[in-house]
Amino acid sequence: MSLYFRYLGRELRRRSRSAAVVAVGLALGVGLVITVTAAAAGVKTAQSQVLHSLYGVGTDITVTKTATPSSSGGFRFGGAPANRGQSGQSFSRDRLSSAPGLTTLQETEVSSISKLKGVAGTTGTLNLDSVHVTGTLGGGPPGASASPGTSSTTPFSISTFTVDGVNADDPGLGPLSSANLTAGTNVVSEWFKRVQQSASSDQQLALVESSYAKQNKLKVGSSVTIAGTKFTVLGLVSLSATASGADIYVPLREAQKLATDTGKVNTIYVTANNASEISQVQTEIQHLMPKATVTTAQDLANQVTGSLSTAASLADSLGVWLAVLVLLAAFVLAALLTTASVNRRVREFGTLKAMGWHSRRIVGQVLGEAVVQGVIGGAVGIGLGVLGAFLVTKIAPTLKATAGATGLGTGAPGSSSTGGRGGFGGGFPGAGSSTGSARSSFAHTFAPPTHTVLLHLTAPLSLAVFGLAVALAIAGGLIAGLLGGWRAARLQPAEALRRVE
Amino acid sequence: MYELKQLTRVYPKGRGKVTALKDVNLVVQDGEYLTIQGPTGHGKTTLLLLLGGLERPTSGTVVFDGRDLGALGESQLVDVRAQNFGFVFQNYNLMPTLTAAENVEAALVPLRIPTAARRSRSIAALAEVGLAERASHFPAELSGGEQQRVAIARALVKEPKVILADEPTGNLDEGTRTEIVGLMEGLWRERGMTLVVVTHDTQVARRAPRTALITHGSLTLRMNRSRAAENSPDPQATAAAPEIEGS
Repeated sequence: MSLYFRYLGRELRRRSRSAAVVAVGLALGVGLVITVTAAAAGVKTAQSQVLHSLYGVGTDITVTKTATPSSSGGFRFGGAPANRGQSGQSFSRDRLSSAPGLTTLQETEVSSISKLKGVAGTTGTLNLDSVHVTGTLGGGPPGASASPGTSSTTPFSISTFTVDGVNADDPGLGPLSSANLTAGTNVVSEWFKRVQQSASSDQQLALVESSYAKQNKLKVGSSVTIAGTKFTVLGLVSLSATASGADIYVPLREAQKLATDTGKVNTIYVTANNASEISQVQTEIQHLMPKATVTTAQDLANQVTGSLSTAASLADSLGVWLAVLVLLAAFVLAALLTTASVNRRVREFGTLKAMGWHSRRIVGQVLGEAVVQGVIGGAVGIGLGVLGAFLVTKIAPTLKATAGATGLGTGAPGSSSTGGRGGFGGGFPGAGSSTGSARSSFAHTFAPPTHTVLLHLTAPLSLAVFGLAVALAIAGGLIAGLLGGWRAARLQPAEALRRVE
Repeated sequence: MYELKQLTRVYPKGRGKVTALKDVNLVVQDGEYLTIQGPTGHGKTTLLLLLGGLERPTSGTVVFDGRDLGALGESQLVDVRAQNFGFVFQNYNLMPTLTAAENVEAALVPLRIPTAARRSRSIAALAEVGLAERASHFPAELSGGEQQRVAIARALVKEPKVILADEPTGNLDEGTRTEIVGLMEGLWRERGMTLVVVTHDTQVARRAPRTALITHGSLTLRMNRSRAAENSPDPQATAAAPEIEGS
């Protein structure tokens, strides 16, 4: 081993306590940076999951148009007998309507948007809510509204489910994009292929969400009736825990026919060429469609509330600043201790200079010692950081993210968690069981939709984080070494040799 | 070898100044053994540092082998030190974390000698001062005399033209002092290098053929006739020379 390394190693051993303090200081700083960075990455992942659940993966912008309360109207199923003679007769009614809070857009808008600068892809979907009411005609007044309070004495049951009309020409975007699926990717591909190959009059092919299928005992090959039209279940799909979706997916053309909304959609999904163009595309769409609600992922992120939002701001502000402060303190400590060590070795360096050692060689020696301390600090810091990230993953509470502002979820499918796409779920007095999913709704009036997702915070580590840690530790060592080296280089050998120690 | 002309060194002290050396003129021949004697704080060490290129004169010149040391750039001066001067200090100034051999080897680092050659020369230098068996010992494991012998080996290993020793026996007992002075003189005779020793000890000072007496920054040369005669090609003439030469 060369004299350089022997001298370096023994010098560090001689002042092992001071070297340990420097290394531990750097280790704490590095460990904290790793933990905070990992936690921040976890928060970002969680945010991204929330956004995906609202949006679908790959979507940068959604375009919807908010329904006015009057345009939503009330749901009337004509459950009251026209005359007393019909009283006691059973009835069955279906109603398929645009998801609450949404009004339809012309499908031609999809192609108009696709021609805008910076737009990489577009697709339109028609999100529908189906309400199936069966019961016996009672004695209420004709045209009674089936709302709570007005038909409380009439026995009937309601089942609701949600239907998404998906454009089979755009498989990569929208609610059935593969990134949202945990199972059924192949089935979806097959569905897209079959729909594309089928004649327009023969597209009664449906995909059913697996939990809805289980609840309703549906399987591949079963038939499911939507607003009186029978669809064959081609396959079952499962969505990721945080992704949202409908109970049943059908080709867009079929959905439009069922809802008598030919040539219309109510949500347009847009992907920009790159992230930097999202804002510009948003402006262009807004210009093209002044009355539409154009929502970007950032808009959504800004409107997400709950503990996830708190965690995000903690990670962004407190965590980052804490890490920066600790790291800064570690750097200052390392620099001070290294300079103090040089001051204690003045005569030693003076002797070396007298023997003909150039200042750069002495600086190199000091720098080498400091960098080794930095590397040791970095290695220990990585260990602390990994431990910190592990603890964050282990003990972090479940985070809740709620997106509930106007326009936020108007076009977004509900999720598997609480809430849904607008309105209220469940039934009302006198109603039977509601078999719909969490997205079920029975809206009379537009209510701001809420969407809540529960997530477990993780602190994922990456090579980049380790690289950052090592770089920080070495930077700390270099800064300390350069300061100490600078002090050593400035020493005049005569002064150093005169010094009495 | 050395030619000092009107050499003055002034240090700032508070708001005033202290003149450590004033108008010193001195010629030191190749292979000469010169002692510098004087009371503490009168300029002995300053003169040694100027001879070793570790200080720059305030005025006047220090010419070594035709080169004005005060006019050289820092890097050139470092190279001159590395190649020509070996220093021995009162406090030995050994690196506490390096072994005796490594301390000696450190003197060869600036000369860019290959590692293996450095090691063998270091062991040889230690053998010359009688410490070959203590090569792997750290300074703290050696006595004062042994540490000073390591320092002498470190000064000798690069075969310098000049050995500059600052109170080399200042921290040693009488027996060790004689041993160290004897060792240095023996090496001086063997190698024919120039030896300049700063001391406040008259006994040590009188062992050199010439002594530079420094008082309040002024230099007076004294011939130690008996020692000069021992080392002169014409001992009778040297013995008859006046003891005080002047400054």
